[in-house]
Amino acid sequence: MTSTASTHSTRSRTRHTGAGAVALTAVAALLAGCGGSGDTSDNPLAGEKAEAGTVVVGSNNFAESTLLADIYGEALKAKGIKVTYKHNIGSRETTYGLMKNGSITVLPEYNGSLLAFLDPEAEQKSAEEVNAAVKARLDKGLTLLQSSPAEDKDSVSVNAETAKKYKLTASSTLADLKDVAPELVIGGSPEFQTRHHGLKGLKSVYGLEFESFKALDAGGPLTQAALTRNTVQAANIFTTDPTIVKEKFVVLKDPENLFGFANVTPLVSKELPKEGVDALDAVSAKLDTETLLKLDAQVQLEKKDPLDVAKAWLKSAGLD
Amino acid sequence: MNGFFDIPSDLQHSWPGLIGLHVREALLPVAAGLLLALPLAQLCVRLRWLYAPVLGVTTVLYAIPSLAFFVVLIDYTGQTELTVMIPLAVYSLVVLVPAIVDAVRSVPQETLAAATAMGFGPVRRYLQVQLPIAAPAVIAGLRVATASSISLVSVGALIGNQGALGNLLAAAQKYDRPELAVNSVLTTAALAILCDALLVLLRRVLTPWMPRGSGGGPRAAAAASQRPEAEVAAR
Amino acid sequence: MNVLTFVDAFFSDSAHWHGYDGIPQRLLEHVQYTLLALALAAAIGLPAGLLTGHTGRGGNAIAFIATAARALPSFGLLVLIVVTLGFGLLPVMIPLVVLAVPPILVTTYEAVRSVDPAPVDAARGMGMHESRILFQVELPVALPLILSGLRSAAIQIVSTATIAAYVSLGGLGRYIVDGLYQRDYEKVVGGATLVALLALATIAVFWAAGRLAVSPGVRRHRT
Repeated sequence: MTSTASTHSTRSRTRHTGAGAVALTAVAALLAGCGGSGDTSDNPLAGEKAEAGTVVVGSNNFAESTLLADIYGEALKAKGIKVTYKHNIGSRETTYGLMKNGSITVLPEYNGSLLAFLDPEAEQKSAEEVNAAVKARLDKGLTLLQSSPAEDKDSVSVNAETAKKYKLTASSTLADLKDVAPELVIGGSPEFQTRHHGLKGLKSVYGLEFESFKALDAGGPLTQAALTRNTVQAANIFTTDPTIVKEKFVVLKDPENLFGFANVTPLVSKELPKEGVDALDAVSAKLDTETLLKLDAQVQLEKKDPLDVAKAWLKSAGLD
Repeated sequence: MNGFFDIPSDLQHSWPGLIGLHVREALLPVAAGLLLALPLAQLCVRLRWLYAPVLGVTTVLYAIPSLAFFVVLIDYTGQTELTVMIPLAVYSLVVLVPAIVDAVRSVPQETLAAATAMGFGPVRRYLQVQLPIAAPAVIAGLRVATASSISLVSVGALIGNQGALGNLLAAAQKYDRPELAVNSVLTTAALAILCDALLVLLRRVLTPWMPRGSGGGPRAAAAASQRPEAEVAAR
Repeated sequence: MNVLTFVDAFFSDSAHWHGYDGIPQRLLEHVQYTLLALALAAAIGLPAGLLTGHTGRGGNAIAFIATAARALPSFGLLVLIVVTLGFGLLPVMIPLVVLAVPPILVTTYEAVRSVDPAPVDAARGMGMHESRILFQVELPVALPLILSGLRSAAIQIVSTATIAAYVSLGGLGRYIVDGLYQRDYEKVVGGATLVALLALATIAVFWAAGRLAVSPGVRRHRT
């Protein structure tokens, strides 16, 4: 047994020294070791900042974000701009920080959701006001471009079983959940728990307090599966989600406009060149909700690659 | 886009590219860990009082889950490979230091005395006598560290496409394509088995005096998992 | 930034002390997952290890299982099982058990194998039945090593149950994954501290179990 052997030798007290020499070697090797551990291509500081002249398009960790980032990136490439991608980063809480420090320079955003993130108290009366309010609150190096008509809102949806049990229909509102919420488990992305466009707003605006919250993903397969299997009875689903129709989820109306506006809008660094701004404005002009739904379905239901879907749409829209 | 090898474009790598990335992200930290562990272990052998506190610190470091380590490092090293590799190097170090210390200590006194009598200085004695005799145990430690490192790289997928083959797991979930998860698990496992086999081979080359088959297998695995620090294998 | 300030802030926030997302509840969940997975793994690994160790057969098979199981990435397995079988407690148990069986199996096998053959032969010479030899001679001597295998397994489960939060499981990993997406360092650092403390507590429990269960004679011999 190795252990017995080692305990025996541990006990032996006599040992010749020469510790000084060994310590020296050790220090030398330690230094060499430090060099060895740093021999990667990424210098941590250099890696943080996007390379000059290159646009870095980022995306969050859900399929639509990747698709939109691909659309933006390919549209920029078509104008001869050098583009790199940084996909699947995480949530807005993370990506906004990376926009601020310049690690990424273009990010597909949703105007009202971004406003709620920057300022949960801000009112959301019209799309124009929302964009102005966002711009006023953005970090100084950043700006918001023109919004597209395409809208993909947060929603609270219930599954068919829950809808039936509590007699909720397409005309029911979030306010109707007030009495039954304590019996329901709600699911959403981990960040939904702490957002104003989430549990916080549901409580302060509609007085909804659920039995518990189950952290899933950002409206992705986990959320869809949890809602379908009644692991959760209500969930945060994006309104462009193709499974709403497929699984007969009931989207609850939001009369107080808690979830505000959610038009797809590029958030960009002010260093983005003019032709880049024009290219993204041209994309936004042509992207409407119906188109977005169709493209989402191609990615999420038909399992096409988002980059291929992005390229095909840009081509069909004459933007390539 | 339903095939086993149809890698979604947002991973920005082909299948072989992901494998290459995985190898780099997993093995560089082990190498770095070994380079740091050798002198640190030697210090622990020399300065006996140092070993207990070093073991204590490593045990605590070891108990920190990898994901938390990654997240905290993001502020310093960004969402980069380095953020994944630093914790893996630390875990490797934690496995290797006790393995090397125990191995070097287990070299019999008579052998050391013989080396001294032959006029070997401490450095030469370390490099030519102690280290070669300790080689099987060092390699056993390297096998544990390598297997764990290859497994843990995948967790990097959670901090934004930094998990090499693990990114396939995030994609499998995001696009609801289970075949990508199968691909990830099988490729990662194959990679781990291959690296393990190479280490066994290396041990045979380095220690030609040892009978074949010993030092590996369950005996080495048991020896390695005896230490509280060796619990890295696959979290 | 100072990690300790985050730890302090996390533990002094009263909101972290009650409800379904409170520390007691999450800790309880984590302990439950760990015990369940450990019990399942021990139910598989202990009998198999004792039997193969006693008979001395199947060493190669065990080495093969250990290598293969160590090569399987647990996070990968976790996601794979969730995307194919759906989530819930039982699917999550599969990777945890796969993770925990090899250290139990291998150390148990090795522990029984490495028992000094002299007393075993003596017992056999005295006419003891094979099962009595295993349980009354080999097991007491092998117990410290067997416990170390169980401890390895337990600590691996404690750590790995953390990443299970990614696929919606509760437990202490919840704080780390939620903290990642909410960009809330307090939660990440607080969660990591709790997991580390639980791992250290596990080591302490096994140390105490060793003191209680290992016969003093064996203990004196070993240390």
